[in-house]
Amino acid sequence: MTLGRIHSLESMGLVDGPGIRTVVFLQGCRLRCRYCHNPDTWQREGGTETTPRELTDRLIRFKSYYKSSGGGVTFSGGEPLMQPDFLLETLHLCRDAGIHTCLDTAGCGLGHYDKILADTDLILYDVKHYRPDGYRQVTGHGMDETLSFVKAVRAAGTPMWVRHVVVPGLTDGEEHIRELGRYIRTLPNVEKTELLPYHLLGVSKYRGLGIPYPLEGVPAMERKTVEQYQNILDEMLGG
Amino acid sequence: MDQNMELAWKGFHSGEWRHLVNVRNFIQKNYMPYEGDAQFLQGATERTQRVWEKCSALLAEEMKKGIIDVETRVVSGIDNFEPGYIDKDNEVIVGLQTDAPLKRIVNLYGGLRMALSALDQYGYQLDPEVERHFRMYRKTHNDGVFDAYPERILTARKAGLLTGLPDAYGRGRVVGDYRRVPLYGVDFLIEEKQRDKRELDGPMDDERIRLREEVSEQIRALEQMKHMAARYGVDLGRPAQSAKEAVQNLYMAYLAGVKENNGAATSLGRTSTFLDIYIQRDLDNGVLTEREAQELIDQFVIKLRLVRHLRTPEYNELFGGDPTWVTEAIGGMGVDGRTLVTRTSFRILHCLTNLGTAPEPNLTVLWSQSLPENFKKYCSEMSIDTDSIQYENDDIMRPVYGDDYGIACCVSAMRMGKQMQFFGARANMAKSLLYAINGGVDEIKGLQVIPNIPLNTEEVLDYPTVLAAYKKVLSYVAELYVDAINIIHFMHDKYAYEASQMALHDTLVERLTAFGIAGLSVAADSLSAIKFAKVYPVRNEQGIAVDFRTEGDFPKYGNDNDLVDDIAVELVTYFSGELKKHPIYRNAIHTLSALTITSNVMYGKKTGTTPDGRKRGEPLAPGANPMHGRDENGALASLNSVAKIPYRNICQDGVSNTFSIVPSALGLNRPQRVANLVAILDGYFAHSAHHLNVNVLNREVLLDAMEHPENYPTLTIRVSGYAVNFNRLTREQQMEVVKRTFHESM
Repeated sequence: MTLGRIHSLESMGLVDGPGIRTVVFLQGCRLRCRYCHNPDTWQREGGTETTPRELTDRLIRFKSYYKSSGGGVTFSGGEPLMQPDFLLETLHLCRDAGIHTCLDTAGCGLGHYDKILADTDLILYDVKHYRPDGYRQVTGHGMDETLSFVKAVRAAGTPMWVRHVVVPGLTDGEEHIRELGRYIRTLPNVEKTELLPYHLLGVSKYRGLGIPYPLEGVPAMERKTVEQYQNILDEMLGG
Repeated sequence: MDQNMELAWKGFHSGEWRHLVNVRNFIQKNYMPYEGDAQFLQGATERTQRVWEKCSALLAEEMKKGIIDVETRVVSGIDNFEPGYIDKDNEVIVGLQTDAPLKRIVNLYGGLRMALSALDQYGYQLDPEVERHFRMYRKTHNDGVFDAYPERILTARKAGLLTGLPDAYGRGRVVGDYRRVPLYGVDFLIEEKQRDKRELDGPMDDERIRLREEVSEQIRALEQMKHMAARYGVDLGRPAQSAKEAVQNLYMAYLAGVKENNGAATSLGRTSTFLDIYIQRDLDNGVLTEREAQELIDQFVIKLRLVRHLRTPEYNELFGGDPTWVTEAIGGMGVDGRTLVTRTSFRILHCLTNLGTAPEPNLTVLWSQSLPENFKKYCSEMSIDTDSIQYENDDIMRPVYGDDYGIACCVSAMRMGKQMQFFGARANMAKSLLYAINGGVDEIKGLQVIPNIPLNTEEVLDYPTVLAAYKKVLSYVAELYVDAINIIHFMHDKYAYEASQMALHDTLVERLTAFGIAGLSVAADSLSAIKFAKVYPVRNEQGIAVDFRTEGDFPKYGNDNDLVDDIAVELVTYFSGELKKHPIYRNAIHTLSALTITSNVMYGKKTGTTPDGRKRGEPLAPGANPMHGRDENGALASLNSVAKIPYRNICQDGVSNTFSIVPSALGLNRPQRVANLVAILDGYFAHSAHHLNVNVLNREVLLDAMEHPENYPTLTIRVSGYAVNFNRLTREQQMEVVKRTFHESM
């Protein structure tokens, strides 16, 4: 029997994909993004064990809310692609149950992307950076894995909403945003681009886990500035 | 037919309603469903603004002083007070409880002690002559009840097992079908009652004698109602001929009720779609403009906002202010599939825009999956802007009550004019569980409240043992509770009969009895702890568990987890079944609610530490809400848990749930928020859930309002079943509201 490890479940997420969505946070992530606000999901071992069937049965209970809002389930993490067998089976069961499926991912998993994308309706694709050196600076890893995921998305034709976290001094500045825009133009099936301001809500989790906070002293990103960046991006990408 | 009726009913479609009292039939034959949007709505007229300005000043003064004034020379009665005005020239709808706005009535019939203590605490004194005569010649409801209460009920009351019983003031929750007065005129209603009385002949048993006396009282009340209105220049004898008369006469009928009675909840019923028929006729005939139509509704609502009863400060503390529960049920669907939403459903909600937010009237939208989308959207917008609306599931009530029911108080459905309710407060389920562990002895007062329950001496509590004892306790509580309610309503009928309100019911009325429970989630979580974790009682020298040590985790109510939610379902089902074993006075039908209003704070104060980890004195969760902080999977999981509490036949008096969410968690922008709230309501009620209060606000706003109440004079929030002005809550209640789970997500 396939077992998955779930960090937590937010039954009512209203900002991670269309409509009312249940966000399932899966354990495990190889990236170490400097602004990560979920360090408690890095380890593959933590969380609660569950089967695809059990999880899907819980999700089915929320169908009445998805129905009138055009919502569904969003698998997030951690990195949902780090549990491919579990994810694949759960996506399949959700599809059978008529639940709209969405992956909130950085595209950095363990392969099997073609099969996973076959049962995925929408991808919230987190673009960490558009250049290998910048990517490594943000995540501590190379870009190859996520590029192979993008390749699979291109083949599958799955719609994508691109997201990007704007961090002061790391991923901000007009030039950075324009570069980002040019990069997004090269990505397949992009329907929408959202910039997310960096916030400090993850800091206390690091303290709790005894891990030094990589962005110590960096302030939260100003919402106003991000709105301006968003306008630039929307203009470049045609709304 | 009478000439007056010809004139008044001109242009209406005919039907059975023309020959006998049948308001529903009149509505069905004549109303015009409205599926459009809110564009047509108009702002407040200058007259309305002038009247409301005067009221606002008075309301601010009242907030400071507690009360504005009391009439101390005469006691309550339909026609005992001189006419009063706010601003006579600008009042389109007239009539006040006494001769001045917000001046309160002394009602002694419910109980002398409570009324006199309220007067005393606010620095007033009843006319000594009135008091002397009343004491000399009149017995009260309260006197009667305490003459009859057996020792075991007194003990349960003292311990806080049964609380909030209406044994010292008016029971309320009787909602007259006030629409009958404008539709038929009082003269016709009197004739009908006279005929009923003639037909009430036969062997003179208790019930027939009582009913004959009551109908006579009703006839007298109708005559007084007519006379009271005449003093304002309003002729209630004949039916209303215009929209203005319809609103005015309906209000007069309601007003008679709140002059005569001081019931806990004095609700309005379901009036807006009825009034819409008159408004639409005048609009069609070109004798009324939309602006004037809104003025009628605005001014009607102003009057409803001024209704007051004289309460003790302790009562206000218990309920968070000065609630009167002038509940108006809005919308819903007809059994024929047409919506009952009309333009006036919008107009009455629009008062929140024209007059600003306020706790009263208690605007209650009867939600159905089939409501027009435009109306759903408008309600959602108004909820986001004002936090002043509650929602109840028409799709589960309509099959039980038909399509012409109203809501009394917060959640209690009843067919208009066909059913009345005996209000029964609530029993403390959390305390009952402690009795099951402590041999029926109260954990705080040390009193033996329940007999024949073995004292639990186990080191680790064993689930089957505790559950068996708990059921035994609940069986006893059910019987005791029915006995208390029987005494209360026997005496209330005898000493404080609501003649004017009952006159606007069918003579052969069906009676419902509303029992209630508090502490459902605490009881369910405590049982879950005992079942799934290890609970070690910490006992005092008498062997009473005063604390608990829990090892291991356990499922908690509010996470859509059947392991514990089923326990909550089993509890209400069992208790409802036990209540039904005992017949009620006047063959009333048993119903049950999970509704605490703000009294969950008070019940918590009187309840010792419970096995779920709640400490002695801490508040219980309100209504059927999960305990705050225990729902770990977000809002929908919490809603789904509450939705499992069965309504039909079990908690058929209502399952109350309060939902608070911060605006940013509801969506990124306004259109999204509006659409998402509609989807939440549709989704929740699709699970056959019953009731939802919706608050869309930031925790920071509440914290700031606690420190600077002067900046938030009208901050209204919804709590279990009704709305309150946040500033009128006690500090403890405010903290409890702030602590209550706010659904936020990142």
